[in-house]
Amino acid sequence: MLSTKASRDSHGQDSSYFVGWQEYEKNPYHDVRNPTGIIQMGLAENQLSFDLIESWIARNPDAVGLKKNGASMFKELALFQDYHGLPAFKNALVKFMAEIRGNKVKFDPNKLVLTAGSTSANETLMFCLAERGDAFLLPTPYYPGFDRDLKWRTGVEIVPIHCSSSNDFQITMPELEKSYQEAQRLGLKVKGVFITNPSNPLGTTMTRDELNHLISFSMAKNIHIVSDEIYSGTAFDCPKFISIIEALMDRHLENTDIWSRIHIVYSLSKDLGLPGFRVGMIYSNNETVVSAATKMSSFGLISSQTQYLLSRMLSQSKFTSNYMEKNRKRLRKRKEMLVSGLQSAGIKCLKSNAGLFCWVDMRHLLSSQTFEAEEELWKNILYGVRLNIPPGSSCHCSEPGWFRICFANLSEGTLKAAMKRIKNFVDHNYQEMACDQRSTFYKWLSKILSNNHESDRY
Amino acid sequence: MRLLSRKATCNTHGQDSSYFLGWQEYEKNPYDEVKNPTGIIQMGLAENQLSFDLLESWLASNPDAAGFKKGGQSIFRELALFQDYHGLPDFKKALVEFMAEIRGNKVSFDQNKIVLTAGATSANETLMFCLAEPGEAFLLPTPYYPGFDRDLKWRTGVEIVPIQCTSSNDFQITSSALEEAFHEAQRRKLRVKGVLITNPSNPLGTTMTRSELNLLLSFVTEKGIHLISDEIYSGTVFSSPGFVSILEVLKDRKCENSQVWDRVHIVYSLSKDLGLPGFRVGAIYSNDDTVVSAATKMSSFGLVSSQTQYLLSALLSDKKFTRNYISENKRRLKQRQTLLVKGLEKAGISCLESNAGLFCWVNMKHLLSSNTFTAEMELWKKIVHEVKLNISPGSSCHCTEPGWFRVCFANMSEETLNLAIQRLKSFVESMNNQSHHQMLKSSRRKSLAKWVFRLSFDHDHREPEER
Repeated sequence: MLSTKASRDSHGQDSSYFVGWQEYEKNPYHDVRNPTGIIQMGLAENQLSFDLIESWIARNPDAVGLKKNGASMFKELALFQDYHGLPAFKNALVKFMAEIRGNKVKFDPNKLVLTAGSTSANETLMFCLAERGDAFLLPTPYYPGFDRDLKWRTGVEIVPIHCSSSNDFQITMPELEKSYQEAQRLGLKVKGVFITNPSNPLGTTMTRDELNHLISFSMAKNIHIVSDEIYSGTAFDCPKFISIIEALMDRHLENTDIWSRIHIVYSLSKDLGLPGFRVGMIYSNNETVVSAATKMSSFGLISSQTQYLLSRMLSQSKFTSNYMEKNRKRLRKRKEMLVSGLQSAGIKCLKSNAGLFCWVDMRHLLSSQTFEAEEELWKNILYGVRLNIPPGSSCHCSEPGWFRICFANLSEGTLKAAMKRIKNFVDHNYQEMACDQRSTFYKWLSKILSNNHESDRY
Repeated sequence: MRLLSRKATCNTHGQDSSYFLGWQEYEKNPYDEVKNPTGIIQMGLAENQLSFDLLESWLASNPDAAGFKKGGQSIFRELALFQDYHGLPDFKKALVEFMAEIRGNKVSFDQNKIVLTAGATSANETLMFCLAEPGEAFLLPTPYYPGFDRDLKWRTGVEIVPIQCTSSNDFQITSSALEEAFHEAQRRKLRVKGVLITNPSNPLGTTMTRSELNLLLSFVTEKGIHLISDEIYSGTVFSSPGFVSILEVLKDRKCENSQVWDRVHIVYSLSKDLGLPGFRVGAIYSNDDTVVSAATKMSSFGLVSSQTQYLLSALLSDKKFTRNYISENKRRLKQRQTLLVKGLEKAGISCLESNAGLFCWVNMKHLLSSNTFTAEMELWKKIVHEVKLNISPGSSCHCTEPGWFRVCFANMSEETLNLAIQRLKSFVESMNNQSHHQMLKSSRRKSLAKWVFRLSFDHDHREPEER
């Protein structure tokens, strides 16, 4: 009676990523009301810079009061449902996006399509670029939500580009080729490559080499590149963030075919910490894509009330430049806090320069180098240590033992509490391991000693 | 290899229809009382602009609602982070209570069965994704809202098969029309998953009768299919007979524990009743847990901004406000509809008798040069380009009979409406004069010919046959 979409679980929401979230919801940590609850470290939210936004709002009450120079804009905004979006908002957005990229690239507001969050943008791009049964190649590990966002209602398939810790999970040409062959072996037509840059869950920006590999590959195969750059404003350390468009421009590819096969996704959910406001967008050099995506955005337009507020805020360069600088500083500080906290527990992280999380190496804590052991460890951490941290398998990582830990969605105090819990857990674990190792040694020693005794007899 | 999808490159989004073309013409030359008094008056947009003052004065008295404050305290952070697809609980509660109020509290809604979406556009598409596979069909009574061709079909691959309604019985749905549509679907090898009705109807502006609703329920029960009731105009019912919701009929027939109970789904929105299309607030209401669950996850693709959810939860929780708004809004809509109907009457144009909506379904059959859709298009073009009114021709709404047009009355000022009526009156008069003149000319010619003929015979005293 219902569609297969509604009745099966192809929405991918039974993965550990979502299960951990649900467990947290049942028993959420609170420093006063529930100090033994589960600490949420699985949610990539940016809670570090709300004060900057709140103080802007306090100084600019017209923006929330739906007024302009004291006159009410209510009627205009209440009626504004044009899927081309509020012009002032798009102008402010392209300026902001350029600023994030050090003004090395410029964006044209006529190529921007507004959507209700990047979740909507990503799905819309799939509807525009691929038929059911076509495929996109995605480097692993990747954001678990893509299994729902890119595949569920579109019928598009994902074929992974395997990346490994041997080279810090960077994309290589051989792996690109391998995944392309794999898609062909599965009888899937590859329509493009989909990257997240900066990467979720790695927290790293893509290197110029990687971007060049991708561009050459896409040119050779005549396919699209979708670059989800929703974390672009969180690049807090060097190397600097290089946008796919910048890489293309540096190769003077503006007037070639590939130029119209590059599409960028952006959102204000991570950089500005406003996931509740549902602000996402698609930027494309392809007119047909812009036109089709614009019509499709009817299914997920941004509230005009929100467009207006944010157009006012992002039009003020004084605000945006101050925000960007402070936000980056605070993110870097937090990341360092997490990294050093984990270090004192003997846990290393992948070296990162962006994002709201670290990619953490817990391979040495696994009872065996298997995904079963990873799941065991994940459950121990969720139910025993009471920290929600998504395991690498939920991100389709090909090596067990990696976990994504968020650092910007909780207070400093809570982060410290989490670090303490981890340290206790590892110390206890390590002691057990040390005990095991000691008992193994004694067993070996006693064997040798008893052998010697026997040989003496003979 | 095709670079883009078929969806992106073909025109199944339906936006090349006259409904949208008229809109584009208006955009090129929009009427403005001062700046462009000879421009095109927009009468093709079903917006409710009559009661903004009520909303604005509420906002002015309740600045916290838009200012992210609750009890004087800032809740900005909570709202900025709130992306739970289950929706803001306070908002859902206020919304279901508002929906009940619109139905005279004859039915009540459970806030756990409501799914929030970015507008009814998103709700309708989502329901298609939940209830049907690509290639399956829904039956829709004609005439229907042109946007459905995009919303229900484009990305879902679902087909629409029309239930043909005619003016012979004021476009009401009949049993034979339902059966005919079902058979047509079978002939086209399409599996029918349900019926989708808009009640009150767009473009008719009428509420469905109890017998139509009963007929539909019996039909979907017998066929084992779904019934979607798009009730986005439910708050615009300004005169009798009152609005009867499908849920009310189900209750009256004591169907709460029957199978059909789970197959009835309602779509709602604040775009028409409250006049807030820009805020993107829609909802699906369903008694089927699986549908609610799947639709909730799908709503990730079009959530309502938390900023907007909060503002409207405060507004709709104010029962004094909602009670006053509902009744005052209806009063104003009724007054406007009467203005349009009487004005058209003076121009010799009649409307389908209506009691709801933001438009009238206008009968211009007598102005057609022939009873064809070609003639309807001809007339429509004249009205857009010469009379400078954008009104929607019936063919864009899939009406089976040429000559009907949807004319909106709530999206402009009273003065502009009067001007539009005046322009139409002049147009009709000039058409009458022209055709009268032509008739006179042709009848004078005929008389002259007859007289000359008679003269020639009298002269010759001979019978015509003898020559």
